Amino acid sequence: MAADASPFEVLCNILLSIAPMARGRGVITRSEKGERMGRVVVIGAGIVGAACTWYAAHAGWEVVLVDRGRPGAGTTSRGEGNLLVSDKGDGPELDLMRLSRRLWLELGDHLGRDRLELDEKGGLVVATSDAGLAGLRTFAAGQRAAGVDAIDVATAGDLRRLEPLLSDRLPGGVLYPEDLQVQPVLAADALVAGARQRGASTRFGVEVEGAVTSGGRLTGVRLVGGEVLGADAVVNAAGTWGGEVGVRLGAPIPVLPRRGFILVTEPVGPLVRHKVYTAEYVDNVASNDAALQTSTVVESTRGGTILIGASRERVGYDAGMSPKVVARLAAGAVEIFPFLRRVDLLRVYRGFRPYCPDHLPVIGPDPRVPGVIHACGHEGAGIGLAAATGYLVARYLDGGPMPDEVPVSAFVPDRFAEVSV
Amino acid sequence: MTRPDHVGPGLGFTFDGRRIHHRPGQTVGAALVEHDILAWRTTRHDGRPRGLFCGIGVCFDCLVTVDGIPNQRACVVLADEVEEITTQSGSGHDRLALRDPADD
Repeated sequence: MAADASPFEVLCNILLSIAPMARGRGVITRSEKGERMGRVVVIGAGIVGAACTWYAAHAGWEVVLVDRGRPGAGTTSRGEGNLLVSDKGDGPELDLMRLSRRLWLELGDHLGRDRLELDEKGGLVVATSDAGLAGLRTFAAGQRAAGVDAIDVATAGDLRRLEPLLSDRLPGGVLYPEDLQVQPVLAADALVAGARQRGASTRFGVEVEGAVTSGGRLTGVRLVGGEVLGADAVVNAAGTWGGEVGVRLGAPIPVLPRRGFILVTEPVGPLVRHKVYTAEYVDNVASNDAALQTSTVVESTRGGTILIGASRERVGYDAGMSPKVVARLAAGAVEIFPFLRRVDLLRVYRGFRPYCPDHLPVIGPDPRVPGVIHACGHEGAGIGLAAATGYLVARYLDGGPMPDEVPVSAFVPDRFAEVSV
Repeated sequence: MTRPDHVGPGLGFTFDGRRIHHRPGQTVGAALVEHDILAWRTTRHDGRPRGLFCGIGVCFDCLVTVDGIPNQRACVVLADEVEEITTQSGSGHDRLALRDPADD
């Protein structure tokens, strides 16, 4: 904490020297090492907010995690829990995911893999046509050049050895042994519980109304009802609602909802071994089309059900049921796993991915309101990227150092020239 | 809609091979309970007995295999629409693990 002190640390020092009251309010605390640390409010108790809380608490910060609902009740509970390198081409998001994968495995060892239902199941991407297979092979070659483990599966017979119940009509695919799965709500819960053991506190059922600032710098957040939580920094981890929270904090960012449906079958046991999806999924994820797009994603859960996705459409926060989407997803799943014809659906759930126009999350300090750090907009990759996001947020709070292997500037909010909300 | 209130020789189904008579409009679950059959499924993990719990189609505890289709709720399946009821263990889907030639 000398010449290389961050602006935040400098501010802490100033506060300590000129405002003894600050100590009395508990805004400035001391870490185990005796360094001066501050108080951080994390807004949003989904998987990303939980990871931010975990890493900030372990870095010695006094963290207050707030959510208007319950932990993991938003988009965190509406996905499959995929930690995928397979759907990411060479670029910043792949770098972030590879860091996150390593951190998730560490978290699994620390918190207990069973507790998170952390499963190194691997991903199997299948082509449904020869043209699709050629495109998939080209994509995989680029990933291999970037260091991803991507193994060509040459024939239908080879596919069947990996997934015995796959259709005989698929020409081939690519196996990605590095893909993982967790149960997102369990993982968020475990991260919050672990952070609480490091002194973090939680406030659920409260909603942030706005920022409290002094001289342009954030000094806390005001809750609906008037209560003020003093803070040296606030993390916007509100996921799909991060755009609205950004507006309330005076730091708007372009995060929009992108709806997705998932079908849940009756329990049948572990008949699907990998996360299996069709090559069209990668194109759908990268698309900016607002209209309905579907690709086929199939995987088993620990509970014995099979989850079937994935649809993408931009329809605002319309949570209505769509029989058309359900029928398309079911037909797609039966095309690659014919046995699913004999399996009933139990239910359908849907949620809203936090979509950014350039498909990258927003992670980093907001230059317009010093003290605000964004950590949202992960679209469909939030579970996978949560660990690295929490890690980066803690490094921003500390004032560095940032990890060399991730080009963090790709994610900063400064990249949006002008945001009109 | 009215239902003919007749009692004919066809009014019944088999339950694990045993003949169960039922009344018109009765569900499979109601008919089984009337015959003092209270449990007809075992759970997937611990093999514990299950029968009617909510009785109104919500809890999925009373699952049976109906004419070969597993995981049907006995409390909402009408008895006069079925011929053969069998108890099920586990997911009721053990045969799915074997590849069906019809799928190729």
